[in-house]
Amino acid sequence: MLVTIIAIATLAIIFGLVLGFAAIRFKVEGDPIVDKIDAVLPQTQCGQCTYPGCRPYAEAIANGEAQINQCPPGGEAVINELADLLGVDPLPLNEEHGEHTEKTVVYIDEQICIGCTLCIQACPVDAIAGAAKLMHTVIEDECTGCDLCIPVCPVDCIYIKPVTETINTWKWPLPEINQPTLKDLMELKHHEQEQS
Amino acid sequence: MTMRLWKIFGGLKLPGFKSMSMTQQTEAAPLPKILTLPLKQHIGHAAETIVNVGDKVLKGQMIAAAKDYVSTPIHASSSGTVIAIEEYAVPHPSGKMTECIVIETDGKDKWIECVKNANFRQLDASALRNLIRDAGIVGLGGAGFPSFIKLNPGPGNMVNTLILNGAECEPYITCDAMLMQEQSRKIIDGLNIMRHALQVERCIIAVEDNKRSAYTMLVNALQEHEAEYIDIVLIPTLYPAGGEKQLIKTLTGKEVPSNGLPINIGIVCHNVATAAAVASAVLEGKPLINRYVTVTGEGVEHPRNLDVLIGTPFSELIELCGKNRKAEQFIMGGPMMGFEISDINIPVIKTTNCILVQSKKTEPDFVMPCIRCGQCASVCPAQLLPQQLYWYARAKNFDKTQDYNLFDCIECGCCTYVCPSHIPLVQYYRFAKTEIWAQEQEKKSSDIARQRHEFRQFRMERKKAENEARKKQKKELLKKVSGTKDNADDAKKAAIEAAMARVKAKREKQSITPANTDNLTEKQKKEIAEVEARRRNAKEEN
Repeated sequence: MLVTIIAIATLAIIFGLVLGFAAIRFKVEGDPIVDKIDAVLPQTQCGQCTYPGCRPYAEAIANGEAQINQCPPGGEAVINELADLLGVDPLPLNEEHGEHTEKTVVYIDEQICIGCTLCIQACPVDAIAGAAKLMHTVIEDECTGCDLCIPVCPVDCIYIKPVTETINTWKWPLPEINQPTLKDLMELKHHEQEQS
Repeated sequence: MTMRLWKIFGGLKLPGFKSMSMTQQTEAAPLPKILTLPLKQHIGHAAETIVNVGDKVLKGQMIAAAKDYVSTPIHASSSGTVIAIEEYAVPHPSGKMTECIVIETDGKDKWIECVKNANFRQLDASALRNLIRDAGIVGLGGAGFPSFIKLNPGPGNMVNTLILNGAECEPYITCDAMLMQEQSRKIIDGLNIMRHALQVERCIIAVEDNKRSAYTMLVNALQEHEAEYIDIVLIPTLYPAGGEKQLIKTLTGKEVPSNGLPINIGIVCHNVATAAAVASAVLEGKPLINRYVTVTGEGVEHPRNLDVLIGTPFSELIELCGKNRKAEQFIMGGPMMGFEISDINIPVIKTTNCILVQSKKTEPDFVMPCIRCGQCASVCPAQLLPQQLYWYARAKNFDKTQDYNLFDCIECGCCTYVCPSHIPLVQYYRFAKTEIWAQEQEKKSSDIARQRHEFRQFRMERKKAENEARKKQKKELLKKVSGTKDNADDAKKAAIEAAMARVKAKREKQSITPANTDNLTEKQKKEIAEVEARRRNAKEEN
């Protein structure tokens, strides 16, 4: 009886130590699922999902606080990817947060800009260059189209423009196929019979 | 010369339609009034303009410089004046516009001074590559990859075979065949230069066996000592035997690995026209400003080859060959891999090998469902599964298309040609490829946005921490000076006094040791003393 208790207690201690060691040695930093969700999100940092950026939204999804359909810039593609990743059913985009539009960027009308730096402070990706009382300009390649700079501008000199497609960004369209109707097929058959 | 040849998988025996455009000698097309030179005529980055509107340029003058490693310069095809640098329609399947330099020719066709390097064997490989790069030479077979890069094997790669591709397997196109007939010596000169740049032993020129006269001319042009290291080989006529990977398989039996390059298996492949351009660039110092273009099809009265200046509008060439009533559809390239163009005022670019003028089909081509006959798989020269690719591309399941090696597809069009249901298979693959590229690009830019956002947050945190630290330090300092926390006025006074003391000390220090007073003469010292005295007096009066 005593031997059994001692043996099992020893085993329990050994396993406890092993597990304890493993927990420290192989500790996972952060939550890997948050990283995975964050990688899917479009990184516009626009806050339309009601969270202050893409990563907080990813954290909220991982904690089950937010739905997967709150990201208008990502649209259907991101919702589907998130659904795939999390093993849930895809949902239609929640219209409360906005509509999915093609990617846009902003530009500053440099004639009007007074150099107040408010937009620079608002930009989540540091895509506006300028200094106090000097003209500002948008680095278009870095602009994510979050439009956060527009409401803060006191002179309304920031405008949205769509990203124009160039030869380098042009994509082949999905082929438009000309599927025959039943009538077409009947005519074709008739035509073939006449010929033979 | 007999050489063992290997058989490629799949492929098609297509009607050639080649003889129609080979009845006449190649002639230079007349000098056009306007030359339009797109800044991007090659794979890689667009060139950067180095001329301004209104500048006079000479024939062969560089007008746009290479911006990046994968880029080549552009040269003026004739002398004249730059009249615009704007966006114009260019040969591209999108029909989109891109920036071009427009030159109004002056009719003099005056050359810039050319530096000839007849003794190319004295130059090293890197000097030759620079010459070839500065001449703006890109692969003239159709892809337009900058040639100097392919002449740089890179560290760790050994090249043992240099192949010149004269197969020209696509129907209708005959520009390479005519070039081989008419400028065979130049092609071999170019081959010698490339061989020297790559330091390879063995060279092969491959010609399809339906181009007997081109073969004969090349063999005749070969000098005796050259015959030891250059093999001129006739290969069976089969579409697409001229594809780079297919040609390598036919000649050497080796297969280029998936996602790999021919250089990985010690082979470099260039087009025959590229070799001729290299010979012009090195031996005569002339940059790439003209090329052979086949204008053919039932829509022209006199199908033929023309030696055309880059930048000449398509419409002038089509008119020259006698445009007739059947001319309804215009294709750049061949019927299998070319693309339809809507605006025929677009210019000839470095990769324009053929302008095919045809009538439109009258019967509608109905697309029927796939019946899984498998004919596409049996003709695919890349040994892919076109049906699977089709399903997944249509369903926009791009991960799966990549699992089925979509990027090994050479877009030869064999599968579309044999499909009994008339499914435009290649279009689906092109669609999937560009979608995947766009997704990758998006991923890249969102990664950059994430990094920038994270750095911004880090910077804000740092700023906040720094501010706080500064405030804390100040408070502590005040505490130290005042001694007691309660007496704020005393603390302020003390701080002011301390500051004044600092200023005073600084001033005294300055008045005690003025700069540059060593090694002065007595006279100078006296002068300084006088000035100092005056200044003190003035201060006291104030």
